[in-house]
Amino acid sequence: MSEEMEGGTVKKFLYVNRKAPYGTIYALESLEVVLIGAAFEQDVSLAFIDDGVYELMKGQNTKGIDMKNFSPTYRALEGYDVEKLYVEKESLDARGLAEADLIVPVKVISAREMTDLMAESEVVLSF
Amino acid sequence: MGTITVSGKTIEVDEEGYLVNRTDWNEDVAKEMAKADNCDLSQNHWEVLNFLREYYDEYQIAPAVRVLTKAIGKKLGPDKGNSKYLYELFPYGPAKQACKYAGLPKPTGCV
Amino acid sequence: MLHTVNKTPYERNSFDSCLAHARKGDAVLLIEDGVYAAMKGTAPAKKLEQAAKAVAIYVLQPDVEARGIAGRIMDGVKLVDYAGFVDLAAEHPTVQAWL
Repeated sequence: MSEEMEGGTVKKFLYVNRKAPYGTIYALESLEVVLIGAAFEQDVSLAFIDDGVYELMKGQNTKGIDMKNFSPTYRALEGYDVEKLYVEKESLDARGLAEADLIVPVKVISAREMTDLMAESEVVLSF
Repeated sequence: MGTITVSGKTIEVDEEGYLVNRTDWNEDVAKEMAKADNCDLSQNHWEVLNFLREYYDEYQIAPAVRVLTKAIGKKLGPDKGNSKYLYELFPYGPAKQACKYAGLPKPTGCV
Repeated sequence: MLHTVNKTPYERNSFDSCLAHARKGDAVLLIEDGVYAAMKGTAPAKKLEQAAKAVAIYVLQPDVEARGIAGRIMDGVKLVDYAGFVDLAAEHPTVQAWL
């Protein structure tokens, strides 16, 4: 893959996550696309806003609903060189959550900063 | 869908030979899969298989080759964390072949 | 009547609409993503607290555990398992699913 990308331009990718896990397939699909896309060695950022912040909750245990708990996979992202995770403060606040509730290190930013991040991105993929 | 037989027990595998149920795995399963590929599992093979199983336990995914190579290098040193070494051990591809023997699913994004 | 809500109160208005239409003596069961509404210290929890004066509020425990919020469910809400869900459905002649 990297050979094909040689000389190619690196673009700013932003994956926007807005859905709670398990209720729909969006959160898992997004994570899989991020993992697959990591092979293309682009400048990747992940944004978690609205119900998307629930994806990163610590302590998920899916035994009772017979679905795969994919929350530990967010911790693998660093190994895929996906290290820029942004979480919107307003979304956390509205849901009674704080940075300490999240399973991975993230940067908590304001809605205003999130707006700027979106504006600076060249490719936005929304889930 | 197919099956393999390990110590008299029938185990389900998918069309590419990966385990359908990860809990069916044991060391004999790995040996049997390797034997079918004419591969004799050495200590060096086991080092990678065990690493993959630990990785899966921690992150719930099978790593991409690039990620596996880097992570092996970190844990076992640069003489093992390179594709030449890993491809010599697993000529069908370290992620593909090793993940199969380790009882993991095919790595995400691996076609 | 038993009402079920399976979406977060932030994503849809089904939670609000359900509470607005639940009558005294009804039961409301939060399932799937609906369980987030019962998290302590949030605006939806306040609404549930009000509603709980007339309506029995339940949450489905497996869905609560899956989402990592087991320790954060507000007081006054009862946790039920799948068997409890079935019992609730059997106790109430009508079930309305707010999708």
